[in-house]
Amino acid sequence: MDTELILMQLFSGVALGAILVLTALGLSIIFGMLGVVNFAHGALFMVGAYAGLWVASLTGSFWWGLIVAPIMIGGFGMLIEYFLIRPLYGRSIDDPLLLTFGLSYVLVEGVRIVFGSDGIPFPTPSSLTGVVDLGVGFFPIYRIFVVGIVFLVVVLLWLGLEKTKFGLIVRAGARDPTMMKVLGIDISKVWLLVFGLGVGLASLGGVLSGPMRSVNPEMGALVLAEAFVVTVIGGLGSLVGSIVAGLLVGVVISMTALFAPEMATIVMFALMAVVLLIRPQGLFGKLA
Amino acid sequence: MAMLETKDLHAWYGASHTLHGVSISVAQGEVVALVGRNGAGKTTTIRSVMGLMSKTTGSIRFDGQDLVALPAHDRYRLGLAYVPEERRIIPGLTVRENLQLGLVASRGKIDERDAIEEIAESFPRLKERLDQEGVTMSGGEQQMLAIARATIAKPKMILLDEPSEGIMPVLVEEMGALFRKLRDQGVTLLLVEQNVEWALRLADRAIIMDQGEVVYESSSAALLADKEIQERYCAV
Repeated sequence: MDTELILMQLFSGVALGAILVLTALGLSIIFGMLGVVNFAHGALFMVGAYAGLWVASLTGSFWWGLIVAPIMIGGFGMLIEYFLIRPLYGRSIDDPLLLTFGLSYVLVEGVRIVFGSDGIPFPTPSSLTGVVDLGVGFFPIYRIFVVGIVFLVVVLLWLGLEKTKFGLIVRAGARDPTMMKVLGIDISKVWLLVFGLGVGLASLGGVLSGPMRSVNPEMGALVLAEAFVVTVIGGLGSLVGSIVAGLLVGVVISMTALFAPEMATIVMFALMAVVLLIRPQGLFGKLA
Repeated sequence: MAMLETKDLHAWYGASHTLHGVSISVAQGEVVALVGRNGAGKTTTIRSVMGLMSKTTGSIRFDGQDLVALPAHDRYRLGLAYVPEERRIIPGLTVRENLQLGLVASRGKIDERDAIEEIAESFPRLKERLDQEGVTMSGGEQQMLAIARATIAKPKMILLDEPSEGIMPVLVEEMGALFRKLRDQGVTLLLVEQNVEWALRLADRAIIMDQGEVVYESSSAALLADKEIQERYCAV
């Protein structure tokens, strides 16, 4: 087996991992801030992919789909937080979990009714088709683009969290929401925006993954499982953990697909088991 | 004029009825010590005033405004600050960032750099630690930070829950001087304390609570002199 193939597969893994990073970050941010385990995250990833496809076909431009769909679905996420999840705060953690679990079925069925059950091809924008020679091998331009976009989003997210007033409130609010209230901060508005942001990240992941795999109503189920595995491996609530674990899981899946394809779907669970045995709190998690 | 006035305040923790008709009044610029045994309802009273109890009845007026329907964050914006017993310095944040949180609600009306500089002057212990993580400081320093955070937006009134608890005597004295300075600036203080002597020497007036009710009110001097009442309601 030649090195070029291995490098190709390695890079595919990074691109796959990049999408996982986006999805897991959204899941992790929502859990860390609101304490909500969002079981609709995969379905919202899928809805994001359809929204991207829809906007792209309306406007004739992939770029509009890429920009508008995450904002649109992020806004939809805010409606979900406001009308469905908010009444459940102060109750058991199971309540929002069950609600979002049910919601994921509603979303999948809704998309089936509107767009049909069959997969729809999501064309790669013409400016991003083809391959580029990186010296060691030919890589698809679109995958390089995906990695670049995710890198950009992660940098922006980091700057937003560490360098802005809103980021300060988010970091502090995740630790002590009651103290935020008595310092005059309307924490429910922060929760609304954070939920929207998390869902927006998932739908951006959905749009970006579209040209790599086509879109279908079930595409979110596997993504949800992968995102959970990534947040567990990385450590619940740790954003750095989500980034490292996302890339790690992407590469491991991709390399397993090359050497032992029949193991590719279960390898991430094996990885999770190993990590949990050695570090129960995950790679970057803190012990409670 | 009363800065804070509660009338017939009742509060519940779940099904447990903990305040039974508390009526207290604190005048503008006054320092009032709220004392009594553990479980007397002192903390519940200030938590109710701050809007942190899930169920209360009765009226709460602050600076001429009815507070009952207002969420906690709006109460802070009216100039009512609260220093909880556990201090609640946010982990992972520097001293400066903890202070900045106190200014978020002012939405840029207070210049952040000036306000932090001014606070650093009043709290010399915080000055050289501004970029240190808040929770790595000693308990007393964290208490100072909690008070600084609550005063940075220049509130009209501060509710303090056991500020002297678990703090070195030298810092307790420093805190006392700080409260006198705040009073001289016209800030109204309601001080919940177990350290009764210390609180009474700071306060103008004392209110004693027992079993969810106000049982005694007098000037601080009168209560300081009355060992029998102190013994009956405040002895541990």
